[in-house]
Amino acid sequence: MTMSVSRIAQAVAVKDLRIELRSRIVTNQVLPFSGLVMVMFAFALDSDDVLQGVAGGLVWLATIFSLFILVQRSFAIEVSDGALDSLRVAGVNPQGIFLGKSISLFVQLIALEVVLLLTAVVLYRVSLGGAGLVLLVTCVVSATAGLAFVGTLYGGLTAGARGRETLLPLLLLPVVAPVLISATRATEAAFTSNGVTVSEGWPWVAVLAVFAAVFGLGGLLSFGSLIEE
Amino acid sequence: MTTTELPAIKGVGTQATRLYGVLALVALGWVFVGGLFFTPEDVVQGDAVRIMYVHVPTAWTAYLAFIVTGVASACWLLGKKHSMGFDRVAGASAEVGVAFMALTLISGSLWGRITWGTFWVWDPRLTTTAFLFVTYLGYLAVRGLGGSPQQRARRSSVVALLAVLEIPLVHFSVVLWRSLHQEASVLSPDGDIKMDGIMLFTLLFGVFGFSVLFAWLVSHRQRIMAMHDAQRASALEVAMVDRLQEASS
Repeated sequence: MTMSVSRIAQAVAVKDLRIELRSRIVTNQVLPFSGLVMVMFAFALDSDDVLQGVAGGLVWLATIFSLFILVQRSFAIEVSDGALDSLRVAGVNPQGIFLGKSISLFVQLIALEVVLLLTAVVLYRVSLGGAGLVLLVTCVVSATAGLAFVGTLYGGLTAGARGRETLLPLLLLPVVAPVLISATRATEAAFTSNGVTVSEGWPWVAVLAVFAAVFGLGGLLSFGSLIEE
Repeated sequence: MTTTELPAIKGVGTQATRLYGVLALVALGWVFVGGLFFTPEDVVQGDAVRIMYVHVPTAWTAYLAFIVTGVASACWLLGKKHSMGFDRVAGASAEVGVAFMALTLISGSLWGRITWGTFWVWDPRLTTTAFLFVTYLGYLAVRGLGGSPQQRARRSSVVALLAVLEIPLVHFSVVLWRSLHQEASVLSPDGDIKMDGIMLFTLLFGVFGFSVLFAWLVSHRQRIMAMHDAQRASALEVAMVDRLQEASS
């Protein structure tokens, strides 16, 4: 009996999230780490005005730094005990694995971003109106989808390789640059920092959506050949 | 004593590579002499304009190299036979491309320092170029991950094709970013140069010379890679024959 791609994706995502929930590494280590990064930014920049202006960028920088850790984790659990090999040998559809791992990464990133954005509101005193909130939510969802797709794609590529801890950021940082630029501009608009209006943020969300679509499709097409031996 | 020995290697050149090696030498010789001595100074930039004869051709060659990498990777991935030649050309081309891109970035920022007064501006073209450089550094790192040549070919061809997706997105978002932030517009990166006949000739000759040099480097490099792969493949066989002989003697 073969399972449909969506069923496989669901199974993989639920498995990943259950492991994360039980190991508590995300909640006890990654979340505090990214919160700390936000505090460190405040120390480094040392000015309320500057912080308000750059809050959006800092939230996304902290997200991207945490993305490396999350992707590393997501594939560490597959590589240890040869779990990924077993999945492959069992003939599990790689597109299902790709989608499932992307979904689990997406959920973890969203949780992280909520914490980071709340930190920005509290520590950096940014303001957020109703229209800004709608923009922010759309921006977060589309940016996170893109990050989850590329993260899974490059995580699969480097899984099990020597020196993957250092290789992953080298490969991922240039790729996620469009997300950093677009999500930062959109978040700035949502916070109306630097005199930017909320409506100016929407074109950036379009870029984020295109990014997510392109890498979602690219991942579905190529993930299979990346993880097969 | 071993019975299986690798064939003696005399070099990686052929008649053809020697021919375009000489062509590249002649062309680059002209660029050197013509660029430094025969071409006139620019009215505005003075002697600094001579950087152009190296900067523009290396930039062109680097772009050409990355296009070759992309096309060769696609050929490997889509081809029925997965011919390893395509993979080696892709890898060799990326190596040469990264080297030329580094030269472009260095010569460009030196030129920028002289003419615009700054090493770097956040112009979309410059920024995209820098990202190209880093992306292909990553590509080369992926090639160095190890594993069988087939594994290397599959991984790196996917990465090369992902780069083809990535670069337009990076360029587009940087263009959008710069167009919304109007600043530093004093420093227009397109300082149009009124070109004299001999200047244009030297520039085009430079582009030609560097392109031929690129072809020369890639054909040598890919042949070295082929030997390297063959040597690795036969190393195990050689060792096994040796052990067998040891056991039987």
